[in-house]
Amino acid sequence: MEKTSIKQSILHILQELHEDIDFENEKRLIDDKILDSFDLITLVAELGDEFEVEITAKDFVEANFNSLDCLTEMIYRLMNE
Amino acid sequence: MQTNILEYLENTVKRVPEKTAFADENQQLSFEGLEDTAKRIGTAIASEGIYKKPVIVFMKKSPALLAAFFGVVYGGCFYVPIDEEMPESRIGLIIQSTKAECLICDNTTVEKVQNLDFSGITILYEKCIEHNIDYIKLDKIRKDSLDIDPVYVFYTSGSTGIPKGVTGCHRGIIDYIEHLSEALQFNEDCVFANQTPMYWDASMKEIYATLKHGATTYIVPKNLFMLPVKLIEYLNRYRINTICWVVSALTMISAHKTFDIIKPKYLRLVAFCGEVFPVKQFNIWKRELPKVEFYNLYGPTETTGVSTFYHADRIFADDEIIPIGKAFPNTQIILLDEDMHEVRENETGEICIRGSCVTMGYYGDFEKTDIAFVQNPTSPEYRDIIYRTGDIARKDKDGNLIFIDRKDNQIKHMGHRIELGEIEADVLAVEGVNICCCIYVKENNKIVLFYTGDIEKGKLTKELKKKLPRYMLPNAMIKMDTIPVTQNGKRDRRKLYSNYMMNMENTI
Repeated sequence: MEKTSIKQSILHILQELHEDIDFENEKRLIDDKILDSFDLITLVAELGDEFEVEITAKDFVEANFNSLDCLTEMIYRLMNE
Repeated sequence: MQTNILEYLENTVKRVPEKTAFADENQQLSFEGLEDTAKRIGTAIASEGIYKKPVIVFMKKSPALLAAFFGVVYGGCFYVPIDEEMPESRIGLIIQSTKAECLICDNTTVEKVQNLDFSGITILYEKCIEHNIDYIKLDKIRKDSLDIDPVYVFYTSGSTGIPKGVTGCHRGIIDYIEHLSEALQFNEDCVFANQTPMYWDASMKEIYATLKHGATTYIVPKNLFMLPVKLIEYLNRYRINTICWVVSALTMISAHKTFDIIKPKYLRLVAFCGEVFPVKQFNIWKRELPKVEFYNLYGPTETTGVSTFYHADRIFADDEIIPIGKAFPNTQIILLDEDMHEVRENETGEICIRGSCVTMGYYGDFEKTDIAFVQNPTSPEYRDIIYRTGDIARKDKDGNLIFIDRKDNQIKHMGHRIELGEIEADVLAVEGVNICCCIYVKENNKIVLFYTGDIEKGKLTKELKKKLPRYMLPNAMIKMDTIPVTQNGKRDRRKLYSNYMMNMENTI
């Protein structure tokens, strides 16, 4: 799957969580507590279902969740592992 | 005979005054520091003329918060903890319900207080800890205190939209902590890591066990619960050996293969409560940590902490349910059918709880109290109050209770107890909503809201964020033309659920 379409799908999932956040430009989703632990758990479940990947504890780090681009990188990597 | 929870603190100060009682990333309080601070706060409250009244405690989760709790008790009052993240409108409902005349806040919450409709006395924690201790005043307060005096009011979700304040006393806490400590073998070597919020009674396990035994509790930073590897590193750094967490916090760790990377080295005891532990996840914990003792604990806030326990000392088959076990000593469980008769051997019935653990009901609401706290039908000759939990269970062949289902629309979501009716009441209050119905989908742990009206989802979400705590916000919202009804004209939750599940299957 192409990175751009992965990014679009993730953006859609994020927007379902918080309609009012500008996910294209936010770079500190975890650091600024824009996404909290509830969001993360939902997000991980949705991403796992959508892309059929398993997100494990080693990937539960701020670096992977702080922005749409970080999320895209992580999913792309997991899909190609 | 012990009649006051403060005796736990004072006895421990005599033994290990300088030991750390409570700590977080910013602050450490020793037992003597805790006692000293609490006495100052108690004096401050008493000097304002507040006595035998509820005191709202609205502070950041920290060792200071605990000093404030005990300070309120020193002052002869009872504490009403409020979640620092609670929306203002809900705080307002609680203040109204308690008719509180006094509130303690700290530097992180003082601004929020200024926006509230609170006309009573506001005490700033950072200031009142400089107050001198008035030993004569505090002695008089202690002399006049009884074990049936209230210690706290914990607000829980109310099905009609108004939260209910469960009022607990010294005697209930003492009965609870004595038996919990014995069953789980708590002692002064326990190093607890607190996960549960301080505004509900689950946290009393660590708090009062720490006071009683001279143990130590570390307050875990909230964000670590979404970073499982860092969370385990934290547990190891502080040599945590005992945790009493909600199931969601535990499954978050096991469901993501955390143990492949890191394991908690010092853990000896894991107690879990609040929700059903999915057997597959429990088995991961049990297999990966063979030296750890696991206990399932069950009990509603209305009966002071937990009322039953089960030592989960084996692997469970996929189709089994982990039992909630047997009542603690000095507590009785009665299973009643719909006609309030005791059920026979293996029949299911509503769990009703009897004992000193039964709290004093809902603050300021005798009507709701009388519905749930009723005369024991099996002893009709004298006043004997039992609490009807609304949980349906049956006994297995070993006499262990197995939880089956709820009687009503109360759910457990992410470790929190929620009345779906409360969410519905708040949704209905939003302009542009006609009818609504909330269901809980266990399969994906989602609160799903169905509604009719002309308000868009985005706007509705915005309005709900002003009223509902984070964990009560619906995870999915579906706008409909009509809500299906049953033959009796009631909203048809079953139909909504099956339609939702069918839609999910179709999109996969």
